Amino acid sequence: MRHTFRQAFSSGKFVTGFVILMGLLLLVILYPLIFRAPPLQIIAQGTFFPPGIYVSAYDSINAPTTYTLNLDGAAAKRVAAKLKDEDRVAMKEWLVVAGVPEDQIDISDAQKLLTLWAENYDPAKQVKGMTLARQRYFQRVNNAIQGLLSTEGAIIAVRQPESGALQEAGAVKQTDYVNISEVPNVRILPLGTDNFGRDVFAQLVRAIGVSLLIGIVAGLIATGIGLVLGLLAGYVGGAVDDVINFITNIFLVIPSLVLLILISFSVGQESRGAFTVAVVIGVTSWVWTTRAVRAQVISLRNRDHVNLSKLSGHSLFRIIRGDILPYIMSYVFMALILQISAAILAEANLSILGLGPRTTDVPTLGLMMQWAMIYQAHILGKWWAYFPVLISITLITFSMNLMITGLDQVFNPQLRN
Amino acid sequence: MKGYRRYFLNKAGWFVITLIAAFLLNFFLPRMMPGDPVAAIVARQAQGMSNSTGVQAIYEQYTKLFGTDKPLFQQFFIYMGNVLRGDFGYSFSQYPRTVAEVLSASLWWTVVLQFPAIIFGWVVGNSLGAIAAYRKGGLDKVAMPISILISNLPAFGMAVILLVVFAATLKWLPASGGYAFDMIPSLSVNFLGSALLHYILPFASIVLLAIGGQAIGMRSMAIYELNADYVRYSRFMGIKDNQISRYVFRNAMLPQITGLALAIGTMIGGALVAEIIFSYPGLGTVLLTAISGRDYPLISAVTLIITIMALIANFAIEILYGFIDPRIKAAQSD
Repeated sequence: MRHTFRQAFSSGKFVTGFVILMGLLLLVILYPLIFRAPPLQIIAQGTFFPPGIYVSAYDSINAPTTYTLNLDGAAAKRVAAKLKDEDRVAMKEWLVVAGVPEDQIDISDAQKLLTLWAENYDPAKQVKGMTLARQRYFQRVNNAIQGLLSTEGAIIAVRQPESGALQEAGAVKQTDYVNISEVPNVRILPLGTDNFGRDVFAQLVRAIGVSLLIGIVAGLIATGIGLVLGLLAGYVGGAVDDVINFITNIFLVIPSLVLLILISFSVGQESRGAFTVAVVIGVTSWVWTTRAVRAQVISLRNRDHVNLSKLSGHSLFRIIRGDILPYIMSYVFMALILQISAAILAEANLSILGLGPRTTDVPTLGLMMQWAMIYQAHILGKWWAYFPVLISITLITFSMNLMITGLDQVFNPQLRN
Repeated sequence: MKGYRRYFLNKAGWFVITLIAAFLLNFFLPRMMPGDPVAAIVARQAQGMSNSTGVQAIYEQYTKLFGTDKPLFQQFFIYMGNVLRGDFGYSFSQYPRTVAEVLSASLWWTVVLQFPAIIFGWVVGNSLGAIAAYRKGGLDKVAMPISILISNLPAFGMAVILLVVFAATLKWLPASGGYAFDMIPSLSVNFLGSALLHYILPFASIVLLAIGGQAIGMRSMAIYELNADYVRYSRFMGIKDNQISRYVFRNAMLPQITGLALAIGTMIGGALVAEIIFSYPGLGTVLLTAISGRDYPLISAVTLIITIMALIANFAIEILYGFIDPRIKAAQSD
């Protein structure tokens, strides 16, 4: 056994796959220990907040100390953030229509452009051929750039509870900065929020864990059934073999997705937890293992050492355990890994069809994908809602396939090279 | 031809047996589940109804509709008779359309999309795999990791990526549907052009996946064959490389054909989910609406049709295989 492991770890492909998988596992285990927030809690009001560091605006105004930093280009950045390039082009267009000679307008010089705009823009002016939507757009641009070049700070006012009058409570200068570590409420959302307003990254980490678990449970069930049936069919032979082979041949051709759909739908939404889904996937995907184990056992059945055991009167169980299993264990292990990755994919497929685990208690990779698709994250360009999920699924299956390929090369010397 | 007949009869026998088994499963699986399916459907339909006699009336109507008041075996024969006549009953979610109507509108979209895509992807993938095995050098080093990565993408993942890149970002191709939404299916040039435009992305997503998986299988098969004794022997005999590669390709091809026969069910399943991503008007999308509408008759009809499609494809490939593999003839005629 130790020799087998050493051999497996001498394969570069196996090690690469193993490292990727362990990395994912570590993330799944460590992340919840550090960030304890429940992954399915709805924190955002609204859908699909982009990834980033969210700093409480209220707390940063009220930060204990404000620091004055005189940074070059701060004003230019401020203008750039509000005045996008396409806005500048649009402004130039309007100004040309308003009669300003085109060569006098330089859109790279924000200051000049804004002064020209302030002198010439008139929201009431009707431009021939301009749609109402376009007019509104210019009004919005105009509002957005109001006071953009002023060097004054902003005043913070509080409402007097009795009179309702505003009273100055403080001022924020343009050169005021706060240290982010002094702001009490900062939330990092590495992958933003999803359609329900939940932290995508926290959810993803949990989903990888749950999906891996589903894969392992389904894989163990499928490999277990496949191993037992394959051993029976291959070793016992006769009528047992005929029956098992008959069943296997039938289920080999019927698409397993069809069986999955039929069973999952019949089980019903309410009783379809992650575990049930794993079991359903497991009991519908043993066919390949059965077939392969049977073929291998048949080739082993008449070897000399097996015959010798038979002559010595060893029991069926002992022969299988001692003389047959050791020869097919490496294959069974590869089949297990393959089943796990196939089960993770099957869960994802089922979830996209709307037959995944019920949605209230745990996230899975498939469910995250399903919600992203239902809320059209892919069409709206909210990549953080679906792309990391795809990457995770691909990484898991990729790492497992690498491990299998590596093992295959270790155990089948003919494939080396 | 005598040897072939036995092979074909054997395959045809298996086709019929699997068909019957699939049919039985399709009927009995949902009914073997704990609980009364009709009660479950009624509970969903009558959600929020407080009038218990009303619920009872609905229940009775449904048991009559489904015939569940009769014994199970009698139900089965009624069901079988109906299906043979092409009658799958009414669709719940698209009432008053019948299931047969819904299916006949969507089946051809799936057939026309999936089978050319799978066959095309299979051919291209195998050619690439064989070339990669034969050339080894640069192509192998670049192409193989790419196809490994691609083949590990789930089917819907490939669909989503293509959709995002070519439809949502570059806007070269339409993002969803089988034809422009302002058109009515007809045989006009306009409609066919629009259908073709909508066809490209779903087709490409299925083809790419098939290429990835097949290329890897073919490559390892061909490497295996290249190391075989007959190749070395042929080299010693001074047979030209071109001729040898033809032998190798042919021998490596055979397991790939069997592989296709066995994988066709999985491929169809994956392609159905890809259809959903593109809202393609085929069986996948019908299945999705049926599931979300809890449309029981439609689901069971769609799963039956999908199974039959997979069975026919499998049968066709095995027949083809019988012609290609000389061992079949040899094995059957003795």
